[in-house]
Amino acid sequence: MKYAYYPGCSLRESAREYDDTTRIVLEALGAELVEIPGWTCCGAAAVEAVDRTMAVALPARNLALAGTHIPEADVLAPCSACYLNLLKAARRIDDDHELHRHIAGLLQAEGLELAGPYRVRHLLDVLNNDFADSVTEHVTTPLEGLRIAPYYGCQILRPYAVFDDPEWPRSMEPVITAMGAEIHDWAMGAHCCGASLMVTDKEAALSSVFSILEAAEGADVIATVCPLCQMNLEMYQDEASRLGGRRVHASVLYLPQLMGLAFGFSGQRMQLGKNVALSGTMANMAAGSNRAAAPA
Amino acid sequence: MSTELHDSASARAELDAIADNLRACMQCGTCSASCPNVHFMDFTPRRMWRLMTLGRYDEVLNSKTFWSCSACYTCTLRCPRGLPLTEAVYALKRYAAGNKGKHSAFYRAFLDNVQRNGRVQESTLMARYLAEMRSPSKALGFVPVGLKLLRAGKLHPPGSEYKGVLKPMFDAERNMEDRS
Repeated sequence: MKYAYYPGCSLRESAREYDDTTRIVLEALGAELVEIPGWTCCGAAAVEAVDRTMAVALPARNLALAGTHIPEADVLAPCSACYLNLLKAARRIDDDHELHRHIAGLLQAEGLELAGPYRVRHLLDVLNNDFADSVTEHVTTPLEGLRIAPYYGCQILRPYAVFDDPEWPRSMEPVITAMGAEIHDWAMGAHCCGASLMVTDKEAALSSVFSILEAAEGADVIATVCPLCQMNLEMYQDEASRLGGRRVHASVLYLPQLMGLAFGFSGQRMQLGKNVALSGTMANMAAGSNRAAAPA
Repeated sequence: MSTELHDSASARAELDAIADNLRACMQCGTCSASCPNVHFMDFTPRRMWRLMTLGRYDEVLNSKTFWSCSACYTCTLRCPRGLPLTEAVYALKRYAAGNKGKHSAFYRAFLDNVQRNGRVQESTLMARYLAEMRSPSKALGFVPVGLKLLRAGKLHPPGSEYKGVLKPMFDAERNMEDRS
């Protein structure tokens, strides 16, 4: 299956391990990823706060590029904010003729055309619905004994509940079970990590991060599918602990990093060295003993 | 850029349209009960919608309630009247951003970074934002995370490959606004 792949800015900067391991794992599963040539920023959650037109035009430009260079392929975004922006733009230009005309006029400046309809997919949707059966077949090193807390965050299911229940998401569970790991049963999987409030209103974001980390106690690792969720949950553990008045700590990995380990790729190949809060089983895996999850 | 428009009558009209939309609010408070950031707001989202429908925009705009929204869309998802509440918050931010100020500094720095570089450069974005905030304590607060990123090899020198790529689109938008 072929996808028009949209990595997004974070995956080319602080979240390169998410980009690399997504490509490795999806290609192992038989997907063909064609990166959208010349893609630019989608606007994240920030641009809509200052410029409504650009909040649609920026993602629409990427959709137009995908349609021109990789026609017929679904657009695949691993980042939740990118996914929401691309999806929201696709729906808005579909629903609103005047907006469609305006955005088409802006893209004309570059000779780009809006064709559509555009199908936008998140990594988790693709894993669940296009490769559900083949994940099990590729597991060579089951992550036995590893307890994973599935963390979904906000924007992959809200406001558009495309592939899972936004109140009680469960779409990561089949993948976790297929990897041979256990599911940490918790209620914080869809609780907001604070997103960019970590920059503008840090105390509010830290309070959410503390609650999430506290609820993850008992799990070996939190699995994420968004670069901002991963960064907020991993990088601010010391500050969240100070604010919450007790030490909270968790290893926080991207789902494809965990999948790659289960597929038999080394900790080094899955770039566990890029994770700054590894402990316990995950630290052993990063050190190179790939089978640390399965007690001998 | 369209942010300059927000002192104008059109921005006020946009705000009026939102307030009109919010008249369907039945003040059930589901939004407030669902909001993960409500404890950090001056008043609850429920109260904000009420103030909007009463036309008391100044009270809303002078609060930090809408600035404390992290766009998680939980209120939008749960609103029994199906009101686009997160969209309303974005509109408030846009209206208030026309007045500049520190609350919108991050969003403005972000758009500026995109416009210049095509793709966001995390390091220059944070540098620009912190410079604009002129708050040494705020800047110092990000030092530990910066060091962690550096040690993990996650900071990358800004590239220039996509510099100016978005200029035609931004210019076209500016020209259309000038004509209207």
